[in-house]
Amino acid sequence: MKTLSIKVKGAILSVVILLLCLSIWHMATTQKVTPPPGISTNSSDYNSLMGQGGSEPVQKTGFPTLTQMGQTIYKQLSHPFYDNGPNDKGIGIQLAYSLARVGLGFLLAMIVAIPFGFWIGMSPLAYEAFNPFIQILKPISPLAWMPIALYTIKDSSISGIFVIFICSVWPMLLNTAFGVANVRKELLNVAKTLEVSPLRKAFLVILPAAAPTILTGMRISMGIAWLVIVAAEMLVGGTGIGYFLWNEWNNLSLSSVIFAILLIGIVGMLLDTAFGKLQKAVSYAD
Amino acid sequence: MQIENTFLKVSNLSKSYKADAPPVFEGIDFEIEKGEFVCIIGHSGCGKTTILNVLAGLEDATGGDAIMLGKHIQGPGLERGVVFQGHALMPWMTVLQNVAFAVKSKYPDWSKEQITEHSKKYLAMVGLVNAETKKPSELSGGMKQRVGIARAFAIEPKMLLLDEPFGALDALTRGVIQDELLKICKETNQTVFMITHDVDEAILLSDKIMLMSNGPNARIAEIVVNTLPKGRQRASLHHDPMYYPMRNHLVDFLVNRSKDLQIKGAKGELDGYKPVIVLPGVDAAVA
Repeated sequence: MKTLSIKVKGAILSVVILLLCLSIWHMATTQKVTPPPGISTNSSDYNSLMGQGGSEPVQKTGFPTLTQMGQTIYKQLSHPFYDNGPNDKGIGIQLAYSLARVGLGFLLAMIVAIPFGFWIGMSPLAYEAFNPFIQILKPISPLAWMPIALYTIKDSSISGIFVIFICSVWPMLLNTAFGVANVRKELLNVAKTLEVSPLRKAFLVILPAAAPTILTGMRISMGIAWLVIVAAEMLVGGTGIGYFLWNEWNNLSLSSVIFAILLIGIVGMLLDTAFGKLQKAVSYAD
Repeated sequence: MQIENTFLKVSNLSKSYKADAPPVFEGIDFEIEKGEFVCIIGHSGCGKTTILNVLAGLEDATGGDAIMLGKHIQGPGLERGVVFQGHALMPWMTVLQNVAFAVKSKYPDWSKEQITEHSKKYLAMVGLVNAETKKPSELSGGMKQRVGIARAFAIEPKMLLLDEPFGALDALTRGVIQDELLKICKETNQTVFMITHDVDEAILLSDKIMLMSNGPNARIAEIVVNTLPKGRQRASLHHDPMYYPMRNHLVDFLVNRSKDLQIKGAKGELDGYKPVIVLPGVDAAVA
């Protein structure tokens, strides 16, 4: 056991914790209901009327058992892309809608935030001029923009993209500005003494120097965007994982709700891991 | 304006950072001939680095002129190569890319092969052929500084400016790189202006040593001509009969005389002061 690395030990512990949680879940949701004394077996009709029929393990609450959960997961994952009309689409399609919105909003935010951040990072005057606006706009919950977006854009799907845009833009903008403003003076002096043209300096000196900070901003933005899309889709409805979740709540299908929650977590983790990899690729040791 | 055939002429240079404070240095006058190796020594705060930055075009002087080859120095330029104190290599580029970046800046029309070949030549000169694919973070301090030197030489500048390039290195590494620098400068007849704190380094490398008095109101107090013959070797330097007169003169200045001028300068007694030209060992014999 001594030879096991911390990582392996951690993984084993994770599995143990998972099993523990699952068994608690199992015990909490399945309970053999013994008929209370005094009520004869004749009253099984009464019992069944009361939702307590039979003596086989039954649900104590409306909460799904592990078996039901497994069935739901199996059912959803075996046909992820079916489409039976507006209220019944496969989980794959719903996820694709959400990811497309997040991707589009995020891309738009990148197109705006990185060049703009570059500019205010380079020019202290621009930074001073825009900073008050950024500081006021940054703490606004992205969903607060929803009514205005819906009113002006008049399209729920595009409004969702706008909300993603507005929440992704600030971390990227500020991190880009910070990264660009804090490029080591020495490196800029090297570029100066080599008479490097402004464009070459921007792409070959400032951008790589600031890239780790910019990527950090993008990673934060992506995290926020994925948080916000679920809420936004619950609000505007139609498609997407957030709408799916809300729709299943209206169906009182808690197992599907739990499934959606799990999936949101997993996709969010994958997105963050991807950006972590990107971040590693552009970072450098000093 | 009279244009002389002096390579570099600095006249009446001064710098103050605040209007109400005394200038860091003032009345700085000196000349450097082509192919000359000049060191400047002085205590911290006398403005050595500022003078170098003015020559590099990275900082503006408050007053005075710096003229190189008949042209006022205005802004940085490729005809002056700078080796920075903290090596200043781009950390995301490999050694070769760092040098090639400079070469590409100087010769934008060259082909990729030409640039690589030229960069490799200068990396070979500082003994770094095997490290060209490494990132700066994988190199030792001495190797980093060598890349910085290769980068500065690779753009084939008319004048090389070195800001205490070996300050952070251990004595052994410093010695090796000093030898390399001496060799390259001899081969290329490079004009060099270098800041150092190391008296022995100055004696080994330079033809002329400028001694600065303490700042503020710092000036060039003395210009010491190196009386040790050319072709100096690090190993035999201290056996030269001129070595101790030279060394003692420099150390005495740093310990004792560097303060005197400052006191006079603060009283304004030094207007029009011209630095004394000294030949340690020789002067004494004449006197």
